[in-house]
Amino acid sequence: MMRAGLTFLLMTFAGVALGQDNCLDCHRELEDPAALAMSEDVHAQASVSCADCHGGDRTIETEGDYQLAMDPNKGFIGVPDPGDIPQLCGRCHSDASYMHRFDPNLSVDQVAQYWTSVHGQRLREGATDVAQCASCHHAHGVVSAKDPRSPVYPTRIPETCGACHADPEHMAAYGIPTDQLSEYRAGVHGRALFDRGDLGAPTCNSCHGNHGAAPPGVTSVSLVCGTCHGVQKELFAASPHQEAFDAIDEPECESCHGNHNIEAPTDDFVGVGDEAICMTCHGEGEPAYGVAATVHEEISNLKGAMAAAREVVDRAARAGMEVSEAELVLIDANQTLVESRNLVHAFAVEPLREKVEEGLALATTAREMGVAALAEVDYRRKGLALSVFFILLLAVGLYLKIRQIEERE
Amino acid sequence: MSASWRIGRRSFVDLLLGGGVIGSVVSFLYPVLKFVMPPAVAEAMDQSVVAGKVGELPPNSGKIFKFGRRPGLLISTPSGELRAYDGICTHLNCTVQYRSDFGHIWCACHNGHYDTSGKNISGPPPRPLERYTVSIRGDDIVVSRNS
Amino acid sequence: MLSSLGERVFHWLDERLDLQPIQRFVREKSVPSHRYSWCYFFGGATLFFFMIQVATGVLLLLYYKPTAEAAFESVRFIMTEVSFGWLIRSLHSWSANLMVLAAFLHMATVFFMRAYRKPRELTWYTGATLLLLAMGFGFSGYLLPWNELAFFATRVGTDMAGKVPLVGRFLLEFLRGGEDVTGATLTRFFGFHVAVLPMMATALILFHLLAIQRQGMSVPLSQKEASTTNAGMPFFPNYFLRELMGWAIALAILAALASLFPWELGEEADAFAPAPAGIKPEWYFVFMFQTLKLLPATVAGVEGELVGLLAFGLAGLAWFFVPVLDIRSSREEPSRWLTLMGVAALLFIAIMTLLGYVMP
Repeated sequence: MMRAGLTFLLMTFAGVALGQDNCLDCHRELEDPAALAMSEDVHAQASVSCADCHGGDRTIETEGDYQLAMDPNKGFIGVPDPGDIPQLCGRCHSDASYMHRFDPNLSVDQVAQYWTSVHGQRLREGATDVAQCASCHHAHGVVSAKDPRSPVYPTRIPETCGACHADPEHMAAYGIPTDQLSEYRAGVHGRALFDRGDLGAPTCNSCHGNHGAAPPGVTSVSLVCGTCHGVQKELFAASPHQEAFDAIDEPECESCHGNHNIEAPTDDFVGVGDEAICMTCHGEGEPAYGVAATVHEEISNLKGAMAAAREVVDRAARAGMEVSEAELVLIDANQTLVESRNLVHAFAVEPLREKVEEGLALATTAREMGVAALAEVDYRRKGLALSVFFILLLAVGLYLKIRQIEERE
Repeated sequence: MSASWRIGRRSFVDLLLGGGVIGSVVSFLYPVLKFVMPPAVAEAMDQSVVAGKVGELPPNSGKIFKFGRRPGLLISTPSGELRAYDGICTHLNCTVQYRSDFGHIWCACHNGHYDTSGKNISGPPPRPLERYTVSIRGDDIVVSRNS
Repeated sequence: MLSSLGERVFHWLDERLDLQPIQRFVREKSVPSHRYSWCYFFGGATLFFFMIQVATGVLLLLYYKPTAEAAFESVRFIMTEVSFGWLIRSLHSWSANLMVLAAFLHMATVFFMRAYRKPRELTWYTGATLLLLAMGFGFSGYLLPWNELAFFATRVGTDMAGKVPLVGRFLLEFLRGGEDVTGATLTRFFGFHVAVLPMMATALILFHLLAIQRQGMSVPLSQKEASTTNAGMPFFPNYFLRELMGWAIALAILAALASLFPWELGEEADAFAPAPAGIKPEWYFVFMFQTLKLLPATVAGVEGELVGLLAFGLAGLAWFFVPVLDIRSSREEPSRWLTLMGVAALLFIAIMTLLGYVMP
């Protein structure tokens, strides 16, 4: 016990006093890329040595004595086997009290989660080309997931997952598609993440999990989408579609909106037209057909009324009339349109119709304000036209005066 | 023509002319005089407005006010500080509101949340709300756009 | 009653300023009476519209804000909040156009009547400069509302100025207050419009009017005999009343135009938006604009636009110095060919202006 304690102290002192990791120094001199990457590595910054993962003796400093350092008897394992990596990382990363010395907020369930994932299961079965810790986090030059340089920073996750999942050769043995990355990039979430840098947009791990990565099961899809799209989720859950979809094992949100390439929805998604998704399942004659048609019509009416009001108000504004009140009303009308589009997910006419009526009333008000403003323009013009008449009277008066004066002469 | 008729015609013309001149002068002076007197609101309301009265908003409350052609949101934070923002959500242009139960700003359309500094903290809004400057002028809370 | 009050005021002033010479002058002033006497009307009409511009302009100055951030909004404020603001603004915009038109017609009648011949050359030079100033007023004033049309029309117009050889670059930067049309341009144009040009115009108008009073009205060569047989028309009250009647009709035309075609506010200028289709400068520049558009890319190896500008420059110089060039009229001799050239020039301007609006 004492000896263990002394050894420990000695090693610590050695490490601290020397402040050196001789593995690192030597390998740096050799310009080993792995060693060079360690300058920006969180492990290295926490004084975790190469030997702590690879084994061996870090204290050996004599050049040329690398066999003494890289000694299997001292625990040296060389490059770890992929299958051994989760346990290797887990030695520290699953130890709560150990990890909390470095960051009290770090979770310690990654490995446990990993074993539940498809990656973990395949790894256990002996596959060597599935993702393990080092595949995504890399081994050397590891930085925090909050660091934009990390391969698991939100904007970089799609390409990290895509390194395998978008490679047809790599995925050939598993028989799953490899178009997810390109699909995702084309969809609204991909565009939000890559084009607008919106970190709030979901990436692969947001829906699939990161350590416990698995395709979402059918019941969980709307729950997954619903974590952000709460309003639609609640409406859907109360709608006839919830039970119906559950009964036939249909994946709810995904059925209409897709999974990876989620297109920006248009008002033509709902209805009975060519682009209407409702028609995928519902046919003419069914009650649902009528509902779809009505919902589409109601929204179209509202858009039409708003457009008409907008046109009149814009004309009045261009003419130089005061229309700020009408503009505010149109902003409120627009809100009812946004809310109506939410209400599509109730898949019923009544709540939507109510909202649309609200919007129609607002659009009508705005339009009337615009019309009144234009009427005022007209009134002014007529007033001026009247003044022309009076000015001409003055001209006539002058003319008569001239005649009068000259007749006298 | 008889002299009396001529005189009658003369004064008719004089009357017409005199009336015409006076009428013209009045009809020019009247709009000009009204023009030079400042209207009720002395300046275009697009750069700054009076959004409310001091003491009107208790802490942890808010109100929508008209700021030119857009709604604005005036809030009194839980600690009583007055702040003002553009009232239009940066997601799909719905009008935001202050929720006392959250103690911050919220949008009803898609459950977007903004903290009391206007920063988008949850939900779909991609950008913070534009912040306006709040000043007190006597009894009035004056909100102005930053140029 | 009014006239006795007027007499008392006159007497009070006369005691102090000796107004007898002026009174005599006014009593004796007469206007030649002949076939073309109606042409004398246009000068007064120009002055009338100028006075309306000054009055409405000063009124607008009470509310207008000359910065890129505030200009459009201040004009909107004038049109929507200020009592009769819409009226003052519409009058100002329309009277500007009518002033330029009247000035042009005045110049045309003076040209065809050869009124510029000796001894009235200076009146012509000041008048020609005033016509150019009027166009400058129009160009600078057009930008001030800072709306889409104004912004892009100014950009196109100053682009044209930039193409003048040698001084083009300097001229463009001088006009724009920089490389591009910005708030700096607006501030500068405002300065030109309300200070520089009015100062110059006032001085020139005063000289122009004084010269006319000193020299009397010119009579066209063809009418010299006819006008010597009559004493002409007394200025006061006969011609003056006619002038007032003319002004009343001019005012009626102004009010009719302002009511038939009220001046719009438009949309606020956005420097980064693409130029709307069919941007044109104001109508009095359209003939030049259209000519330059129609010229081929190169003419005899020289850039087409350059040729056009040089041609206009030469024509402009010839027009300005017509009292010097028209030797025949200084000898009191008629010149048919000059009349024909004048008609040709007018036709050219008219046709080019029409094409400018009709062609895409």
